[in-house]
Amino acid sequence: MSTVFQPIQARPAPVRTEGLVPWIRANLFGGWVNSAITLAILALAVAAVPRLLDWSLLNAVFAPDANTCQAARGTGACWGVVVEKFRLIIFGRYPYGDQWRPEVATLLLVALLIISCIRRFWKPWLALVWVAVVPAYFVLMAGGVFGLERVTTDQWGGLPLTIMLATFGIVLAYPISIVVALGRRSHLPAIRSLCIVYIELIRGVPLISVLFMASFLFPLFMPVGKSPDVLVRVLVGITLFSAAYLAEVVRGGLQAIPKGQVEAAQSLGLTYWQTQRKIVLPQALAMVVPGIMNSFIAIFKDTSLVTIVSLYELTGALGLALNSDADWRPFKIEGYLFVAFIYFIFCFSMSRYSLWIEHQLGRSRTR
Amino acid sequence: MSERAPPKRREWSWRSQAFRGLVYQVVALAVVVYAVWVLTENTLANMAARGIQSGFGFLAGPAGFDIGETLIPYDALDPYWYAFLVGILNTLRVAAIGIVLATILGTLLGVGRYSHNAIVRGICYAYVEFFRNVPVLLQLLMWYLALTDLFPPLYDAISLGGLFLLSNNGLVFPVPVWGRGQLLAGTSAVVGIVIAVIYRRWAQKRFEATGEARSMFWVPVALVVGLAFLGWLAGGAPTAWSTPKVDGLQVVGGATATPEFVAVLMGLVLYTSAFIAEIVRAGIASVSHGQVEAASSIGLSKSQSMRLVILPQALRVIIPPMTSQYLNLTKNSSLAVAIGYPDVVSIANTALNQTGRAVECIAIIMAVYLTTSLSTSAFMNWYNRRSAIKER
Repeated sequence: MSTVFQPIQARPAPVRTEGLVPWIRANLFGGWVNSAITLAILALAVAAVPRLLDWSLLNAVFAPDANTCQAARGTGACWGVVVEKFRLIIFGRYPYGDQWRPEVATLLLVALLIISCIRRFWKPWLALVWVAVVPAYFVLMAGGVFGLERVTTDQWGGLPLTIMLATFGIVLAYPISIVVALGRRSHLPAIRSLCIVYIELIRGVPLISVLFMASFLFPLFMPVGKSPDVLVRVLVGITLFSAAYLAEVVRGGLQAIPKGQVEAAQSLGLTYWQTQRKIVLPQALAMVVPGIMNSFIAIFKDTSLVTIVSLYELTGALGLALNSDADWRPFKIEGYLFVAFIYFIFCFSMSRYSLWIEHQLGRSRTR
Repeated sequence: MSERAPPKRREWSWRSQAFRGLVYQVVALAVVVYAVWVLTENTLANMAARGIQSGFGFLAGPAGFDIGETLIPYDALDPYWYAFLVGILNTLRVAAIGIVLATILGTLLGVGRYSHNAIVRGICYAYVEFFRNVPVLLQLLMWYLALTDLFPPLYDAISLGGLFLLSNNGLVFPVPVWGRGQLLAGTSAVVGIVIAVIYRRWAQKRFEATGEARSMFWVPVALVVGLAFLGWLAGGAPTAWSTPKVDGLQVVGGATATPEFVAVLMGLVLYTSAFIAEIVRAGIASVSHGQVEAASSIGLSKSQSMRLVILPQALRVIIPPMTSQYLNLTKNSSLAVAIGYPDVVSIANTALNQTGRAVECIAIIMAVYLTTSLSTSAFMNWYNRRSAIKER
């Protein structure tokens, strides 16, 4: 009665779900609709990519020679226009011989910005570095001392102007926005209404109307015979504009602080300002760093609008470089692509940083 | 004998919070009033010194400039206020069309981020990142340059099936010849919509009372389309279309979208749709997986669970940021001034340069945008309340 032990057939190994081939099967050819989409897109790519490559690289002219560019028109891009007009696009009308000054000043400012973005350096001495660097920046840009030639603000332009307007627009708006955000949550009706009116008024109108105001109305607001510099007026306009948006970001952070924190502070006997300074703001401001970063990106892009009130920042400098030059004007589209690329690099890296810091700050709350 | 409440005491001392609050408010108001007074004083003094006249009286005088494209008949002899009206209508036109197109494109892109196909996901991601990170003004200028520079002149226009003409004069497209048939079709479609809404209300009540499910989608659609078709038939079933033809140096027939309009529209739509895509993606991501699983476990089909479970919950997250994107699009349409589309800002700019009345013209621009912004946000707040969680 003994039965011989008969092992049953081994089950087949499970289908591999990791690795390149299963990934392709799942993500490119799962089901016939999916496969059809993949094939259609691949067919389009086969048709379009070689032509794009031809235009942008293979047939493109890189030498700054207008005649070669003209000959290649329609078949290849003319990147020569960027080579030829590089200094004009990047620095605008800044005197040619002194262009190392905006270069050094802007590198200094950008380095400071990058340092300010790293958490390890969020220490009190960072404020001192800012106090030291900002005057150095303006001395380098404006000159007039230490044997540097004086350069008036209407000659500032290009990328340095873009970075400067965005940076100082946000840095100056920051303290205003904190005060306004606190005011909007205040229990005092008059102060609350003033802050709400300011925020909603600014957020309800486009930046361009604020810039028009800066260039047409601010001179009228000043005492007779005095008119501030156009750059100062535009900077004030941008600051007032971004302060309203930043105030809403900060308010978001303030609202996220649990009420118990404030009540605990009050029960300890802290005054209103002590509560805000020691309990609420440190938590709220750390929470809104990604939001502040997004506001900075928005303002960085919005500085392109100052070209409408004739300040030649990056977008305006391109027009300055090409509009009056009949030889190179036909290749403006390549110039636009170059400028768009610069904006993209700046904004994309800032948005990556914003995502990263969001993740970093979120780590303390995930359990 | 009743216990009397302690009398309310007002402490007029610095230790009273109420008193200090009052002082702060008085000081703040005084500072603001003083600032406004100084600014007004300076402005009046400056205007007197420069000989600038003030007041809105100029609005009644003839404008004296031409406007490239108008929705309502306009010529240079019409008064300024009428020119402003033309500008406002142009702004509203580009904003309204832009909002519709950006919503459609943005939703497709946002849903595309959840596609099963990796290439579609990649394309949607690349699109969003590229168009979000380049200033919208630069995009407008690029599209305008591309439209006016790269497309052939009118005599050499690209014809798409003889119906559309594409040239550096813009896009010309066929339109139906307006007649009694279209009018009747339009009116009966409106009647159909009203009947459909009433029907849906009734069907919803029936469903809640008796549990009898009636078609909530196909019957209303059939009502609207059927009535419109009947109206069209009653009007004599007109089929005449006005198609564009090149006649020498101009186009005969059809309707034209100028390159300025197309460039502004494309720039705004492509830029805003990238933001909307991110909002839609975040909205869908916010609905928890359990909801989908619960929906399929009670036997809802995939489309039902999307329509009845996922979208209503996602919409709650989507609507508030979507409102601010719509407002952004409307406000960004003011950049049209850079490429010469005659929106309200560019009309105001021209009027400002002609009359020198900076205060009045800028006040008009701000008033127009404030009205639009505040009324849009009021409407969206109402809609948001309607779709918010109903809590008992």
